[in-house]
Amino acid sequence: MTEQVRPVTLVVNGTGHRITVPVRRLLSDALRHDLGLTGTHVGCEHGVCGACTVLLDGLPVRSCLLFAVTVDGADITTVEGLAAADGTPHPVQQAFTECHALQCGFCTPGFMTTIAAALQDNPDPDEEQARAIIGGNLCRCTGYQNIVKAVVRAAAIARERA
Amino acid sequence: MKPAAFTYHDPRTVEDALRVLADVGDEGKVLAGGQSLLPILNMRLASPAHLVDINKVAGLSAVSADAGGVTVGATARHTEVERDEAAYAVQPLLRQALRLVAHPAIRNRGTTCGSLAHADPAGEMTAVLALTGGAVRLRTSTAEREVAAADFFLGPLESCLRPGELLVSVHFPAFPAGTGTAFVEVARRHGDYALCGVAAAVTRDGDGTVTSARAAYISVSPTPLVLDLTDAAPDWAAAGRLARERVDPEADIHSTVAYRRQLVEVLTVRALTAGVAA
Ligand SMILES: Cc1cc2nc3c(=O)[nH]c(=O)nc-3n(C[C@H](O)[C@H](O)[C@H](O)COP(=O)(O)OP(=O)(O)OC[C@H]3O[C@@H](n4cnc5c(N)ncnc54)[C@H](O)[C@@H]3O)c2cc1C
Ligand code: FES
Ligand code: FES
Repeated sequence: MTEQVRPVTLVVNGTGHRITVPVRRLLSDALRHDLGLTGTHVGCEHGVCGACTVLLDGLPVRSCLLFAVTVDGADITTVEGLAAADGTPHPVQQAFTECHALQCGFCTPGFMTTIAAALQDNPDPDEEQARAIIGGNLCRCTGYQNIVKAVVRAAAIARERA
Repeated sequence: MKPAAFTYHDPRTVEDALRVLADVGDEGKVLAGGQSLLPILNMRLASPAHLVDINKVAGLSAVSADAGGVTVGATARHTEVERDEAAYAVQPLLRQALRLVAHPAIRNRGTTCGSLAHADPAGEMTAVLALTGGAVRLRTSTAEREVAAADFFLGPLESCLRPGELLVSVHFPAFPAGTGTAFVEVARRHGDYALCGVAAAVTRDGDGTVTSARAAYISVSPTPLVLDLTDAAPDWAAAGRLARERVDPEADIHSTVAYRRQLVEVLTVRALTAGVAA
């Protein structure tokens, strides 16, 4: 059978893209392969590791568990879209640098998108809440302690900047 | 891995969805949140010829609550049900259970109806449906039926949904006045499927006497198990022992039979105690 393809529009980090993809194209692969946005990482492809987490209309979702055709027209934020237009790092990005919250960096994009969204809901998390925020993301390097610190620090940076 | 090729359908109305589902029959699968289906497709444990995506179907996303209970449409996300204040006021067990379903990023996409259709005996919402005595509404292009929780689940990952049938909504009835509820579980890691989970509902009359104490269990039976523990009330330790005798769990790589029985007893006590306090 010839494979079914569809035109899909994705607004990624504020820029509209029109691509034609096989209907089975995962959003994670559409971002990486069709749009060249390789900041979104793919670890497990079954929803467990969280590396592929992006924001869909502002809410964190697993991009490996979505077909691009399903989210035609949606607004997507990837890790590439977190920094301000002038290049100022997002509070989460600055906090990760300050707290040494990454080593190899493979898991980092998924943590950053997840944390950025969570801080919108809870701008002042304590350490316990910080742990809950990152509970769905796996990191094989850091041991998580510095990521927990970075969540709390990111919230503080956001408040300092406000 | 990546899914095998399929033909994609994205109907915009329920009627169109039902027509496509009738056409493709047992070659087709409904795609709701995809949070259980996509892992299966990505790992090629299944490769349906047709996917019928219901995410763009109008009129299926409502969460509505009245004194009688909460009705949830097929495309309402777990998160939407969890956050709905009116739903919480009428049937607090929904939020108590949904907090334990996976992680927020999964709940933002996964649907409550999809988790029932998936019929995973480890799925929290199966126990909520069973304990509340709720029912699902199933439609085909020619017929409609309502199926009670007790008849809907047939076995692990098996419901009475037939090819061509769409689960359009689920109704979770409210409990009588004076009822407290709780959902507790033990999982290897926060957000994982539970080794054992217990939903409890305890009803007391005006004098504080317990008139009903019931619990529903996940991960210890092929379909959600509901136990009436009223006879043991208010001796919750005795209720825990009674529950332990009544379950017949299986072992897997995560847990032995003995450990699951132990969890049933301990979590029953915790859930009933929390239910009374609620
Ligand atoms: C990492 C991870 C952890 C998870 N942990 C948990 C957990 O702890 N507890 C838990 O309960 N769940 C868990 N889930 C599953 C999650 O709750 C899913 O959202 C849910 O099981 C399925 O809902 P869905 O909308 O995503 O359905 P889909 O994945 O789209 O569909 C699942 C199945 O149901 C069928 N289906 C879906 N909707 C309908 C419908 N309206 N009519 C007919 N058939 C339909 C589909 O054809 C498919 O066979 C987890 C998932 C992941 C990826
Ligand atoms: S790659 Fe998507 S969750 Fe692991
Ligand atoms: S920094 Fe290496 S996996 Fe997290």
